[in-house]
Amino acid sequence: MNWEVVIGLEVHLQLATRSKIFSGAATEFGAQPNTQACAVDLAMPGMLPVLNEQAVRYAVMFGLGIGADIGLRSVFDRKNYFYPDLPKGYQISQFQAPVVGRGEFEIQLEDGSTRSIGITRAHLEEDAGKSLHEDFHGMTGIDLNRAGTPLLEIVSEPDLRSAEEAVAYLKTLHSLVTYLGISDGNMAEGSMRCDINLSLRPRGSSTLGTRAEIKNVNSFRFVEKAIRHEIERQADILEAGGQVVQETRLYDADRDETRSMRSKEVANDYRYFPEPDLLPVVIDEAWVESLRASLPELPAAKRQRFISDYGLSTYDAGVLAASRPLADYYETVVEGCGDAKIAANWVQVELLGQLNRGELELHQSPVAATALAGLIRRILDHSISGKIAKQVFEAMWAGEGDADTIIAARGLRQVSDSGALAALVDEVVSGNPAQVAQYLAADEGKRKKLAGFFVGQIMKLSKGQANPQMVNELLNQKLAAAGSDGES
Amino acid sequence: MTVKQDEIEKIAELARVRIAPEEAAEVTARIANILTLVDQLQAVDTDGVEPMANPLDAVQRLRADTVTEINQREAFQAIAPAVENGLYLVPKVIE
Amino acid sequence: MHELSVAQLSLGLREKQFSSLELTRRYLDRIRALDGQYNSFVTVDEEGALAAAAAADARLAAGETGPLLGIPLAHKDIFCTRGIRTSCGSRMLDNFVPPYDATVTSRLREAGTVMLGKTNMDEFAMGSSNESSFYGPVHNPWRPDCVPGGSSGGSAAAVAARLAPLATGTDTGGSIRQPAAFCGITGLKPTYGRVSRLGMVAFASSLDQGGPMARSAEDCALLLNAMAGFDPLDSTSSELPVEDYSAGLQQPLAGLRIGLPREYFGQGLDAATGERIHAALALLEQQGAKLVDISLPHTGLSIPTYYIIAPAEASTNLSRFDGVRYGYRCTQPQNLHDLYTRSRQEGFGDEVKRRILVGTYALSAGYYDAYYKKAQQVRRLIRQDFLDAFDAVDVIAGPTTPGPAFALGAKGSDPLAMYLEDVYTLAVNLAGLPGMSVPAGMVDGRPVGLQLIGQHFQEARLLNVGHQLQQASDWHLQAPAGGEQ
Repeated sequence: MNWEVVIGLEVHLQLATRSKIFSGAATEFGAQPNTQACAVDLAMPGMLPVLNEQAVRYAVMFGLGIGADIGLRSVFDRKNYFYPDLPKGYQISQFQAPVVGRGEFEIQLEDGSTRSIGITRAHLEEDAGKSLHEDFHGMTGIDLNRAGTPLLEIVSEPDLRSAEEAVAYLKTLHSLVTYLGISDGNMAEGSMRCDINLSLRPRGSSTLGTRAEIKNVNSFRFVEKAIRHEIERQADILEAGGQVVQETRLYDADRDETRSMRSKEVANDYRYFPEPDLLPVVIDEAWVESLRASLPELPAAKRQRFISDYGLSTYDAGVLAASRPLADYYETVVEGCGDAKIAANWVQVELLGQLNRGELELHQSPVAATALAGLIRRILDHSISGKIAKQVFEAMWAGEGDADTIIAARGLRQVSDSGALAALVDEVVSGNPAQVAQYLAADEGKRKKLAGFFVGQIMKLSKGQANPQMVNELLNQKLAAAGSDGES
Repeated sequence: MTVKQDEIEKIAELARVRIAPEEAAEVTARIANILTLVDQLQAVDTDGVEPMANPLDAVQRLRADTVTEINQREAFQAIAPAVENGLYLVPKVIE
Repeated sequence: MHELSVAQLSLGLREKQFSSLELTRRYLDRIRALDGQYNSFVTVDEEGALAAAAAADARLAAGETGPLLGIPLAHKDIFCTRGIRTSCGSRMLDNFVPPYDATVTSRLREAGTVMLGKTNMDEFAMGSSNESSFYGPVHNPWRPDCVPGGSSGGSAAAVAARLAPLATGTDTGGSIRQPAAFCGITGLKPTYGRVSRLGMVAFASSLDQGGPMARSAEDCALLLNAMAGFDPLDSTSSELPVEDYSAGLQQPLAGLRIGLPREYFGQGLDAATGERIHAALALLEQQGAKLVDISLPHTGLSIPTYYIIAPAEASTNLSRFDGVRYGYRCTQPQNLHDLYTRSRQEGFGDEVKRRILVGTYALSAGYYDAYYKKAQQVRRLIRQDFLDAFDAVDVIAGPTTPGPAFALGAKGSDPLAMYLEDVYTLAVNLAGLPGMSVPAGMVDGRPVGLQLIGQHFQEARLLNVGHQLQQASDWHLQAPAGGEQ
C-alpha cells in the first residue's frame, strides 16, 4: 500500500540562561557531577522555586518569533512521576496554560520549496538530571547538575510528512532560536532534544493512524535515521496486517533501530495540577511589545532581503541566512567589497570550505570578514586574478597577513602593462610556429580552442600574473596580424 | 463514590507506597470513608466559579537571572545514603 | 524567671538582673527535669543553646538591644535548622541534619534568640493530637492523659509547661490554634504569605503558614515581629510591608465590631466550651466591642474541601522523600522500585501514608475535576463568605475547637473523628486569613480557646483584641500543676 507518513515533533530546547529556571545555581555545561545542584535542585526539604525572568523573556521572544499568541497569564503545573533523576518526584511544567500558544513558521526544503508548519504550543519547564549507567557495583549514578535547567518544549502539529521535512523543520528551528539568542543550539551538549511522534495512514485518508513516540533523539542525523527506521517498522507491521502499538520507543544509534521502552508507560498517570509553590505568571502587554520591538531580523526575513537586495539565488540566500553569525559575516564582506554576488561565492566556497576542512566554527576563522572583503577588492580592481586570489586566501588562512601584504610580499600583482604583456605574447607566438600555422589553418570554431594553448603558455610565463583579459586581446591582435602576414 | 481495593493498590503503586497485602482491605476501607466524607462537595453548585489556587490571588514575581549559589556538594552529600565520585547511587536503572 | 513575660525577660536582660546564659540554663534545667512527662522536645541542643546565650550576652554587654536578644525559644521540628536534626516527627527524617536554616530560624537567630531545641509534632504536621509522631505522643501539661493538640503539640506543651517562653509553630488547618487552645496558650496563624515558608518542610503548600506561640498576645507580637516579612526565595511570600505588631496592642476596643458566625456556635459545640467562649466575648463587650450575629454559610464544606486540597498537595510534596539524596533508605533495596516503595513504606507512618493515598487518588486521571478542581472552586466560595462578612464586622470570633483536649488514644483509631476536630479552624487556612487562639478559661481542668479571625494582613488587630482580653482576664497567666522542679 502507499502510506502517508505523519510526524509531529516535540523539541526540548535548553534556554541560554546563566542560572536555572527556579534556582540560582549555574547552568554551565560540563561541571563536575552535582557541583551545580543547589538545595532547590536537590529538592531538599522546605526548598521553594522562584521563576527566572530571563527564561520567561526567552519563551516570549520565541513566541513572537513564530507569530504565536503569547499567554499573558500562564500557569505552572506539577507533573508527577518517580524517577531518580527527578528529585522532587514531580517536574514543574506547564500543562493547561502555556506561555506560548499557537503559531507557525515556514521551513525550507533542500529543493528550495517552502512549507508552513504549525506550532501547537511552547511551554516552559525544568530539565531533569542525568542517570549514569556505568557500573558502580551494579548501581546507577545520578548527577543533578542539569536538574532545573530551563527548557522550552516546542510542540509541532502533525504537519511533517517525511524525514527530510523533519530535519528541515529542526534546522529552521535551530536557526530561529540561535538568531533570537535564546539558546546556544549546541546539539552535542543536548541543547536541542527531540521526541518524534510518528504514524502512517493510507494515502488519501484523513484519520490519523496509531502513533509511536520515539524519545530523546539528539542530532539531526539521528532524527533522520530514526524516522526512516520507524517508517519501515510500521509499514512492515501494517502491510502484514498487524497493528501499531501506541508506545514509547527509544532510538539506539549504535544499532540504528528503535526499540520499545519497558511499557510501564501504560500505568503512567502524571496527576497534573497547578504548582502551589508558584503563582500564575502574568505578562504585561507593554513588556511583550518592547520585546517585539527589540527582536533581531529573523532568518526568513533576512533570506528574503538577501534575495531582493543582493540578487542572490534562493539557495544561496538560504545558506547565508541560516545562522546569524554567518549572515553577519557575509554582510560585512558585502559592505567592505561592494559586490554581493562575488562575496556570496567567496563566503560559501572558500570560507565555508576551509572551515569544514579544519572542522572549525565561524568564530574560529583566522580570516575576518573585513580581511576577506579586502581580498575581494583586489579581484575587483584587477590587481589579482580570481585564481591568484585563492592562493592569497590560503596564505591569509595560514596567518601570513592581509591580502595586500601577501600580494606585495609574493609579487603577485597582476601584470596589466600592455608593453610587457605584448612582449610575452610575441615571445610565445614566435616560439611556437607550428601551433600558429595550425591555428591559422583551422576554421573559426576550432580556433577558439587552439587559442587556449597560447593563453596557457603566456600565463605560465607570467607566473599567472598576466591580466587574462588583456592577454586575450593582445593575442587575438597578434594572431590576426600573423594571418594577414601569411596571406600577403 | 465507592473505591475498590485494586484501585487503591494502583494508587499505592503510583505513590510508590507499599501496602502489605494483609493491610490492603483495611486501608481501602479507611480511604473509602474519607472519600465518602469529601464526596459532599459533589452537591455544591460551582458553575462559573474560578478555582482558587492561592488565597491572595497574587501573581508570580520573577527573579533576575544571576547565579547566586555556590558548590556545596560536600555538605549535601554528607547526609546522603549512598554516594560515589560525587554521584548519588541508586539500584541499577534499566531502560 | 520562667514565669516572666518576654517583655519582662528582655528588660531583665538589658538591666543585667540576669544573663541570657542564666536564663537559658534555667530553661534547660526545667526541660531536663520535667519534659520526661510531656515529651514535648524531640531534640534539646544544650551546647548550641549555651553558645548562643553566651553570644547574646556579649551582644548585650556591647550595648545592643533588641526585644528578643538573649531570649530562649523552641522551634517546631518542621523548621530546618543548620546542623541540628530536623525530623518533622518522622522516621523518614530521623537522620536528617540540614546544612541550611529556614528563613524563620535564621531571622530568629539574627534577632539573638537562643534555640533550646526542637519540639515534637505530628508526623509531617498531619494530625490534630500529636499522636502520629515517630517520637511518641506529647502529653498535655494540664492533663497528662490528654492530647496537647496538634500538629504543633510539642511547641504548645513546651510553652504551657514553662519549658520555653516562646515557640514557633506551623498551621495548615489549625495546627497552631488548636494546640494553643488545648494547652491554654496564645497562638497566631498569620495571613498566608506573611511568614516565609522557605526551609519549613512542606505539608500543603497553599495552606501552610508559620506563626508564633507564646503565653500572651503581647509575647506573640514580639515573636511575630521577628518572623514576618518578605522573602524573595518564597514565591508566595507577600511584599506588603510588615507593621510593628506591638505598637497597636493598647488600642481600646470601643466600637470594634465582632462577628459571631452562627455556624460556629451550633450543633457539635460542647456546651461548657460554648459557655466559656460567651464569657470571654462578654469581656470584650464590656470593653466596648459590639457583638454581631453573622453567617459563614459554607463552613461545613471546609472539612471536605480541606481534606482534598491538603492531601493532594501533600501527596506530591512528599514525593521527594525517596531514599535517594537524604533521609531514610530501606536496607538492601533489591531494585529501584523496591528502594522507593520500601523506603516510603517504612519511613512514613500510617496517617501520612493514608493522606498520600487520598491525595494521589484525588489527583489521578479521571478524578482531578471531581475532587481537586471542585475543592479549589468551593475554596473560593469559602473565602467569599469571609470577605462578605468583613463588610459588616472588623473581626470574627468563635471557639477554636468544639471542645477541650480529648484523651490520648480516644480518636487515634478513627481518622474521620479526628478530622472533625478541625471544623472551626480549617476555613481560615483555606481563605488565607490570620487566625488566633487565646485562652478563655477551663472546662474540667482543661483549657479552651477563643478564636479570633481577621482580615488579610490584619494580624495587628487580632493581637490588639487578644491583648485587651488578656488585660481583662488572667486565663493566660494560669499555669498547669507539676511545673515545680
